[in-house]
Amino acid sequence: MNENTNIKIKNIIDKNEVCLFMKGTPEVPQCGFSLAVSNVLKHLEVKFNGINVLDDPEIREGIKIYSDWPTIPQLYIKGEFIGGCDIIKEMFEKKELQAKLTEKKIPFKN
Amino acid sequence: MSLKLEEIKKLIKEAMPDAEVAIQDLAGDENHYSATIKSKIFTGKSKIDQHKLVYKALKGKMGIELHALALNTMEIK
Repeated sequence: MNENTNIKIKNIIDKNEVCLFMKGTPEVPQCGFSLAVSNVLKHLEVKFNGINVLDDPEIREGIKIYSDWPTIPQLYIKGEFIGGCDIIKEMFEKKELQAKLTEKKIPFKN
Repeated sequence: MSLKLEEIKKLIKEAMPDAEVAIQDLAGDENHYSATIKSKIFTGKSKIDQHKLVYKALKGKMGIELHALALNTMEIK
């Protein structure tokens, strides 16, 4: 990954308290896994920024290296990589995601 | 882009010989799988690190040759 992409990704993560790297947008997800995570966040009424990796091939490949994680979607909360679709769904079911949001002081509806 | 179920199982078993692996081909297309993996290797590790161990076992095929693998990892105590 080139340095510019690295900086670009870091900026996105720094500027958005909750950001979801996804295929498509929160309004029109283009992949079932991105849809699932987007729906969890919407259900909790978390304000988040969806980054459509399909718009930018550099981010699409770069984020996999940045997070050392081979798949998309990827959720970041206040700079911390939380996980992909399976982990987010499991955390939501076990109320661990809600605990994480509380810990990070991110407003949500329980 | 496809990977045989037996191949996925073999790669995981090579990396974690004690693992109990159950894989389902969700769509019958050799591209969308779901796997439940139980191993001692996961003990005390975060979910992120557990899943990373599985991705590592798949030697970079995840996201390239293999489009989707839903993971459920469990510790054996």
